[in-house]
Amino acid sequence: MADIRNDFVGIKSPNPFWLASAPPTDKAYNVERAFKAGWGGVVWKTLGEEGPPVVNVNGPRYGAIWGADRRLLGLNNIELITDRDLQTNLREMKQVKMNWPDRALIASIMVPCVEESWKAILPLVEETGADGIELNFGCPHGMSERGMGAAVGQVPEYIEMVVRWCKQYTRMPVITKLTPNITDIRNPARAAKRGGTDAVSLINTINSIVSVDLDNFAPNPTVGGKGTHGGYCGPAVKPIALNMVAEIARDPETYGLPISGIGGVTTWRDAAEFLVLGAGNVQVCTAAMTYGFKIVQEMITGLSDWMDEKGHRTLDDITGRAVPNVTDWQYLNLNYIAKARIDQDLCIQCGRCHIACEDTSHQAITSMVDGIRHFEVMEDECVGCNLCVNVCPVDNCISMVSLDPGTLDERTGKIVEPIYANWTTHPNNPMARQAAE
Amino acid sequence: MGTTDTGIVAGRLPPAEVEANFADLHAPLTRHEALVESDRCYFCYDAPCMTACPTSIDIPLFIRQISTGNALGAAKTIFDQNILGGMCARVCPTETLCEEACVRNTAEERPVEIGRLQRFATDAAMRENKQFYRRAAPSGKSIGVVGAGPAGLACAHRLAMKGHAVTLYDAREKAGGLNEYGIAAYKAVDDFASREVDYVTAIGGIDIRNGQMLGRDFTLTDLTARHDAVFLGMGLAGVNALMTEGEAAEGVEDAVDFIARLRQSPTKTDIGVGRRIVVIGGGMTAVDAAVQARLLGAEEVTICYRRGKENMNASEFEQDLAAAKGVTIRHWLQPLRIVTGAQGTVTGIELAYTQLVDGRLTTTGETTVIAADQVLKAIGQTFEPMGLEVIGLERGRILTDAEGRTSLDGVWAGGDCILDGEDLTVSAVAQGRDAAESIHRTLMAVASPAIVAVA
Repeated sequence: MADIRNDFVGIKSPNPFWLASAPPTDKAYNVERAFKAGWGGVVWKTLGEEGPPVVNVNGPRYGAIWGADRRLLGLNNIELITDRDLQTNLREMKQVKMNWPDRALIASIMVPCVEESWKAILPLVEETGADGIELNFGCPHGMSERGMGAAVGQVPEYIEMVVRWCKQYTRMPVITKLTPNITDIRNPARAAKRGGTDAVSLINTINSIVSVDLDNFAPNPTVGGKGTHGGYCGPAVKPIALNMVAEIARDPETYGLPISGIGGVTTWRDAAEFLVLGAGNVQVCTAAMTYGFKIVQEMITGLSDWMDEKGHRTLDDITGRAVPNVTDWQYLNLNYIAKARIDQDLCIQCGRCHIACEDTSHQAITSMVDGIRHFEVMEDECVGCNLCVNVCPVDNCISMVSLDPGTLDERTGKIVEPIYANWTTHPNNPMARQAAE
Repeated sequence: MGTTDTGIVAGRLPPAEVEANFADLHAPLTRHEALVESDRCYFCYDAPCMTACPTSIDIPLFIRQISTGNALGAAKTIFDQNILGGMCARVCPTETLCEEACVRNTAEERPVEIGRLQRFATDAAMRENKQFYRRAAPSGKSIGVVGAGPAGLACAHRLAMKGHAVTLYDAREKAGGLNEYGIAAYKAVDDFASREVDYVTAIGGIDIRNGQMLGRDFTLTDLTARHDAVFLGMGLAGVNALMTEGEAAEGVEDAVDFIARLRQSPTKTDIGVGRRIVVIGGGMTAVDAAVQARLLGAEEVTICYRRGKENMNASEFEQDLAAAKGVTIRHWLQPLRIVTGAQGTVTGIELAYTQLVDGRLTTTGETTVIAADQVLKAIGQTFEPMGLEVIGLERGRILTDAEGRTSLDGVWAGGDCILDGEDLTVSAVAQGRDAAESIHRTLMAVASPAIVAVA
C-alpha cells in the first residue's frame, strides 16, 4: 500500500487532501464532519481582526456554469471572510484541534495591511494550537475594496512586507495564498519567498461574472437587481491553476518553495496532476460544496491505488515529477511528428472530427469514402493538431500516433528527422542561433 | 377483473380502468427530462438521424435548441420540415427511423429519445398556439386537395403558406384521416389529432369540406375544372377480404373499422369486444386492434400471421408492446374459415399451418381451430380508384414522379394512395409537402413566365 501521509512544511496530515479556506470550513460543525469523512486537514475560513465581524449579503452568493446534464463546471461566489466573531472561531478551532490532533488545522488570516493588526492577531491564533497560518492575499471581491485580500496580493512589495511581519511575530509556519488576478504569478511568489514564507498556496479565485440574468440585465448572482464580480473556482479553473503552480515550481527564483495546490481539484486524478507539477499537497473546496465531504474517499483510494499500480511509495516519489517536462514553447521538438488515427472499431460515426477539421482546421478528415459515411484521417493533410481527439465523444477512439524517424511525413514530403531540433535553431527564426560550423 | 361473458360485450372493465388503460403510451417529457435527454445529443455532422427522417427534420438543431431553453425555436425547426411534427412525434416508428440511426446506438445501444424530444418542443408551441407561419399575399390560385389526412394537411398548409386558396375535401365527418380514425387511441390522447388539424389550418386559406367523397360527391374532372391544381391524398379506402367461408358472420369486422369506432368514442366503454379475439394480420393495424381489444378487457387476444416474425410489418417495438399487453402473436397460420354457431355468430376460426417451400408460402396440411367470439381482419388496405377516370395506376396505386406529379397535367398525389406510399404518417407528410412545392412552382411559372431577353 502506498503511503500517502503528508508532511507539508512540517505540518503533518494523514493524506494530502485539505479543505480550502471557504464556507465548508467556517465552523466546528462542518470541520468535524469533514474530519469524520476523512479529510487530512482544513484551512479554517479566513479570520478577520477583532471587533464587529464583516457582514455578508443576504441574497444569493453563488453563481455557476454547467456542462451536460447540469454538471457544475464552474462556481463563483461573492461571500466574504468569516462573518462570525473572532473569539468564537478561535474557541472552536482550539476545540477541534484538541479533538483531532492528527489532522492539520491551518488558520487563514486577513487583517488590514498594517503591522499592528498582524501583530495583534497572530498570538491569538497561535494560542489555538493551529498548525500554521495561511495569509489570504487572494480574495478578489469585497475585502479587496477595503485594501485587503487581492489588493495586497496584487502588490508584491506588500506581500513581502506582510510575510516578513508574520515570520517575525509567530513561530507558526506561514503559507502565503496567492491571487491569480495578476499578469505573472511568479512575481508575487518571489515576493513571498523574499519575505521568508514557508510556502505558497494557489490559486485563490478568479475575478469573474459567471453569467448574466437576461430578464433583468444584471450579473448573477443578482442581489436586489445588481450584481458584482465574484471569485471563480471549480473544475473550470484547474488549467489556470496548474499552469500557475508549474510556473512557480520551475522558476529558478522560487524553485523548491513548497506549494499547496488549489483550483478545481475534484478527483484523485486532478490532485495527482497538481502534485506532479510541484504541489506538496492540495486544497479542495468546490468539489466538496458540490458533492459533500464524502468525495475525499474517492480521492484517497484513487491516489493510493494509482500509486500502487505505478509503484510509487510515498508522495515524495511523485511530487514535482512533471516539472522538468514543463518547458517553453521554443524548446519543443519541431522534428516530432504525429498524425491522428481513428479506431474504426470504436468510431460511432458522429462525424464531429470531420466537421471540426473541415470547418475550422486542416481539411484532413474524410466524411465519405466510396459513397459510404466514413471518417478517416488523410495523413497528407493532417498537421497533428489533436483537435479531433478533443472533440471526439468516445474515449480513445482517436489517438495521436508519432511517426518514427526515417519515415515519410506525407504532408510535407519530408523524412522524419531523428534529431531534436527546436525553434531556437530553426532557419525561419530571425533570432536563430548559428549552428557552429 | 372484468366480465368474462362470451360474445361481444361492452363494459368488460370498469370505466376507470379503461381510462387508465388508454392513457398516453409515452408520457410527455418534463422540462428536466427534456434537458437531460437533449444533453445526450452529439450534434453530429450530416446527422444520420436527419437522413433517416422522411421529412428531413434538422434533429440536431432542434435538440440543441431544446437544450438551450428555446423549445419554441425547436418547434419551428421541426414544423419547417414537418407541420405534423406533433403527431409524428407520437406515432412515428422512431426505432426504425431517426432513433435507429442515432449514433448513440453504436455508442451504448441507447439512442437519444428523439421522438419524445420532438413532442416536448411541438407540445410547447401548440400549448400556446404559437403560429410560426403567415400566408403570403394571395396568389389568386385555387387548389383542390382530396383527403384531409397527413398528406393532404401537409400539402394544404404548405400551399396556404404560399398564398394559394385551398379547398380540402374529406369523405369523413372530421379531418385528420388516419390520425383521427386509424391509429391506436393511446398514441394520440386528449383529442390530439383534432387539435392538430386546428393548429395546422389556423394559418388560414384552407377551406375544409367534410363529407365530400371523390367518386361519390364529385369526380376528378369536376375538381380540375374548379381548381388550378389538384392534390390527391385520399389514402386507402378499401380493405382486403379474407375470402373465406363465414366472413360475413356476426362478430367478424375489419380492424380499421373497429379502431375507427374506438377512436370516435370519448370513453371507449361503449365499444364491445369479445371474450376471445383473433386478429388476422401482421402489421401495425393488427397490433393496434389487438392491444386495444385487450385494454378493453378481452380475455384472450391472438394475432395470427401467415408468415414468420421477421416478415411482420409491425415494428419490433409494436410486437413487444403487444406481448407486454398480453397479446399472443402466432406465426405461420393462415385463415381457412370462420366457424359459426347456431345463431350465425362467430365461435372460432379454423387456420391452416403454413410454411415456405422454395420461397413460396404453402400450407402444410395441418389445421387448427382457435375459439373466438370476435375476429378482426387486418390483412391490408387497398386503394379504390373511384372518380379518377383515366389517371395512371400501377399495381393498384396512383403512379407519380419524384415531385408527386401524376399522369394527368395539374394533378398531383401523395400518401398511401400512391405507388410509393409507405404506410407511414411521416412519409405522407413529406409527399404532401413536396407536392405542394411542385404545385407552387408549376403554377407560378405559368403565372409569371420567365422574362425572355430581347435579342
